[in-house]
Amino acid sequence: MHFTINGQPHQAEVDIRTTLLDLLREHLSLTGSKKGCDHGQCGACTVLVNGRRINSCLTLAVMHQDDEIVTIEGLGTPEKLHPLQAAFVKHDGFQCGYCTPGQICSAVGMLDEVEKGWPSHVSATLDDPDFTDDEIRERMSGNLCRCSAYPNIVDAIREVADAKQPAQAEAAE
Amino acid sequence: MKLFDYAKADSAEAAVREGADRDTKFIAGGTNLLDLMKLQVETPARLVDISRLPLNDIEEIEGGGVRIGALVPNSDLAADPIIRERYEVLSRALLAGASGQLRNKASTGGNLLQRTRCYYFYETAARCNKRVPGSGCDAQEGFNRILAILGTSEHCIATHPSDMAVAMRALDATIVTLGSDGERRRIPIGDFYRLPGDTPDVENVLRVGELITHVELPPAPAGRQTYRKVRDRASYAFALVSVAGIVAIEDGKISSAQLAFGGLGPMPWRDSAVENALIGRAPSDALFGEAADLLLRDAKGFGSNDFKIPLTRRTLIATLRELTA
Repeated sequence: MHFTINGQPHQAEVDIRTTLLDLLREHLSLTGSKKGCDHGQCGACTVLVNGRRINSCLTLAVMHQDDEIVTIEGLGTPEKLHPLQAAFVKHDGFQCGYCTPGQICSAVGMLDEVEKGWPSHVSATLDDPDFTDDEIRERMSGNLCRCSAYPNIVDAIREVADAKQPAQAEAAE
Repeated sequence: MKLFDYAKADSAEAAVREGADRDTKFIAGGTNLLDLMKLQVETPARLVDISRLPLNDIEEIEGGGVRIGALVPNSDLAADPIIRERYEVLSRALLAGASGQLRNKASTGGNLLQRTRCYYFYETAARCNKRVPGSGCDAQEGFNRILAILGTSEHCIATHPSDMAVAMRALDATIVTLGSDGERRRIPIGDFYRLPGDTPDVENVLRVGELITHVELPPAPAGRQTYRKVRDRASYAFALVSVAGIVAIEDGKISSAQLAFGGLGPMPWRDSAVENALIGRAPSDALFGEAADLLLRDAKGFGSNDFKIPLTRRTLIATLRELTA
């Protein structure tokens, strides 16, 4: 099977049952994406497929041979952190760190959804909702943090969102 | 996970040819199917991958309705401008379900076919007539907090878990299918699901190999729309009780009412007696209480889900207050 991951071509001979998560971790040594529950309940395995966040544990690798897959390894490097990685460090948005790659990939996808104007369950209006902290909490509810670093995770995401969209930041205040 | 054969379909016609077998399953988003395959609750011998078929559009149709491709992801459907503007109840229901990641993957057709989240269906060491017909039901004497109070049978008390389908039931959606013989069927959503009776393993009227290709919505109904969901946590949980409501008022009286319920029964629940009791009457708490009593006239709790009966009553009254305020 052929894959495009973080812009690089990869090849692997894998069992047809292999999930995208197991392909990344067990066959391509991309162990940034984490296996928490393996059932789509915790979000630790979140990656971006064609720019959209999904649970890599709940999809088969074979179904993603034509897709652009981005994992935490493709977002930044230790020398050049992605803005969300830098913000998670600055705001102490983790304790053990196990959920963090999923949190960050999820936040990247989530901020893109916000930019597209997608509403959420807590949006007062379906049309052009304000991006409040309640919106961050609701939109990130698919990513659990057993250390409960949630307040700092919200702060980290808030900082990056405000830097991206200064006009919207003012509106939310 | 049990081993399976895998085939990728390049057209709907090819998919139904490939799928014409009891041990074959279609896979699109896969978020529910793969979950169940990992637990060996589902053990298909073959998967036909339909995820790349061109069934991704949301388009207006003649007469003012909307046609939704079966592969439209839940996120895209919730965010679609037409759905947001005219079918708010559907947007709201979708956004109340699952997580951002799951909504990005889960398809419209797959959401309709979700399996129950009954703990005993998932636990292969337990008895479950839905998973192993004839084996018994451990849910009725077990932890049944999340399970049904309407439409149950002595063989099964599972609930249908979808929020989306509840809104579609209130909207009178039509499910369009392609059969393995090439026949197209248009199935009103009210005829799509089956009560458990003595065959709780048979959940809908789809035939072997029949593929959902579209869902059609009639023109947007008059009145206000809302989706109210009550659950054990604020986000990312299945409904204990939910109500999809569409109510119009003329001259101070309710002129139309479309109400569907999640979390109560084996299918998105709708009861015309409840709607008829409201129509032509002026909104009041007394009237809403009357409607709730009608809805719950045959309700039966199984111990730990008894609370759903008063909870449903309060949730319906609150929903009707909101829609008629």
